[in-house]
Amino acid sequence: MQSVSKTPSIRTIEKVIDETPTVRTIIISDSNLANVLPGQFAMVWIPGVNELPMSIMITEENGKAAFTVRKRGVSSTALYDLKVGQQIGVRGPYGNAFDIRDGKIVLVGGGTGLVPLMRLAKFAKPTNDITILMGSKSKDEVFFENLANRILKDKKHQVIVTTEDGSYGERGFVTDVLERLVQNTKFDAIYTCGPEIMMHKIVQLANSKGIFVQASLERMMKCGIGICGSCCMDEVLVCHDGTIFDGKFLASSQEFGHTHRAKSGILENY
Amino acid sequence: MTPDLSVSIGPIKFGRPAMLASGILGISLEVFNRIYRSGAGAVVSKSLSKEPWEGYPNPTIVGIKGGYLNAVGLSNPGAPYFANMIKSNKDVPIIVSLVGSIEDEFEFMVQQFEGCNVAAYELNLSCPHVEKVGLEVGDDPKLVTKIVSRVKSVAKAPVIGKVGLGTTNYLDTVKAAIDGGADAITAINTLRAMGIDVETQRPILSHKIGGLSGPAIKPVAVRCVYEITSKYDIPVIGCGGVSTWEDALEFIFAGASAIQVGSAIGDGWIDVFGNINDGIANYMKKKEYSKISEMVGLAKRF
Repeated sequence: MQSVSKTPSIRTIEKVIDETPTVRTIIISDSNLANVLPGQFAMVWIPGVNELPMSIMITEENGKAAFTVRKRGVSSTALYDLKVGQQIGVRGPYGNAFDIRDGKIVLVGGGTGLVPLMRLAKFAKPTNDITILMGSKSKDEVFFENLANRILKDKKHQVIVTTEDGSYGERGFVTDVLERLVQNTKFDAIYTCGPEIMMHKIVQLANSKGIFVQASLERMMKCGIGICGSCCMDEVLVCHDGTIFDGKFLASSQEFGHTHRAKSGILENY
Repeated sequence: MTPDLSVSIGPIKFGRPAMLASGILGISLEVFNRIYRSGAGAVVSKSLSKEPWEGYPNPTIVGIKGGYLNAVGLSNPGAPYFANMIKSNKDVPIIVSLVGSIEDEFEFMVQQFEGCNVAAYELNLSCPHVEKVGLEVGDDPKLVTKIVSRVKSVAKAPVIGKVGLGTTNYLDTVKAAIDGGADAITAINTLRAMGIDVETQRPILSHKIGGLSGPAIKPVAVRCVYEITSKYDIPVIGCGGVSTWEDALEFIFAGASAIQVGSAIGDGWIDVFGNINDGIANYMKKKEYSKISEMVGLAKRF
């Protein structure tokens, strides 16, 4: 039985890995978070700054958990800037998990949206034939490619990298590559995490082809446990009912791909 | 015979006894619909201010032994936005919670809801962690009377004052609300509280001091409901630590006409409303009560 914490526990950062010039992975010891289901998240407290919902990254060591962060705003930059020996608070794990189907599956990640998909890859079934599509802006910003190949070395798999400027892998967007792939290959499921506009396109594509699809969503989160209401989308709470939703629900959503909420709760267009 | 779970709170009537407390899940009409379908008698919105408020940085809500600490900072989209959102509401009894520091703000906000289906207004006289509003208003009985009477003069729906424990005797705040013409009282809000992380030696909430909710405050809230209904002839909605049907009945026996549920949603999710309804209905069958009103204040016989 998974133990769920609602109070932050303090963890010391043991290792920092530079993934790209703007992305780092920080590693802590936490046997509970180390073993969470693919897609689950934790609330990560950066003392004195903020507390952020973060998907829990895999590590290659037992008993360790990790978070992969891109420096962007004040809070994510503060998390990115933390050094070995400094402390964060973690509570969780929260949220649901990907439903890993048998057969041929494709994981489509944009940027740090790859984090829950790497755990999905680790939890994949022996029978799965896995394609990972990684999207980034340029060669400098490609990460997890080697890790993905290592995790999947015993399974039938391929890792396809796309860059928007064409400096590495295939030029363009992951959505373009996915569109080509689904024309030639019959997939049993598509899993995606990344910018919502990207996920919206992927869900539409999957739905139009009748392929099972799940997306992991991000919304303004305060409590992480379904009481503050700030992450609501239509009638669901992304923290409590998600963060993973399937294509059927997402197709019926008025908000997915169109709007998100500001800190005050006002709906804003993407 | 199926027991009647409807409740009357002065002029306000609801089909079921437990409503969603303010501050919880309160910013989307679709979510209100879901909570109502799950068995709530009514939903109270987040406290709305004249302008949108962003609230405080996280951590704003953390679990502790016995409940939760929160200092969300009354984040809300503002009364005009919210009023526009609920204009299409037909079915859900929505109690609009309002927060402000002067009578004019409250009047402005009530005006926004003309044309909306509002079951009642609940005036937040008790939030313990935002300056110049909430508890700081509740601690000034003269201001409470002025605000309540101004809202009463412009609102078509009944007016509820939500009181908490501040520096002024809360019974004086209740009296001030009654003097202003309040139709009912909600008691209580969270209690001013804090938690400190021992490893980092830091207050956990970004605002340092927040409000304590959940099972830890239930006996305090039950006491307040008992005292208010013993001293004044005004209907009271009990709020504070209700998570089971037994908790709900405890408030009703103390004198509450209905109850509100907040933190319990963090543990039992919105199934809590259906569980409370079923538990109360079974109890009423067993003890042969036909209406909830027959049970209000029964503990006062002793």
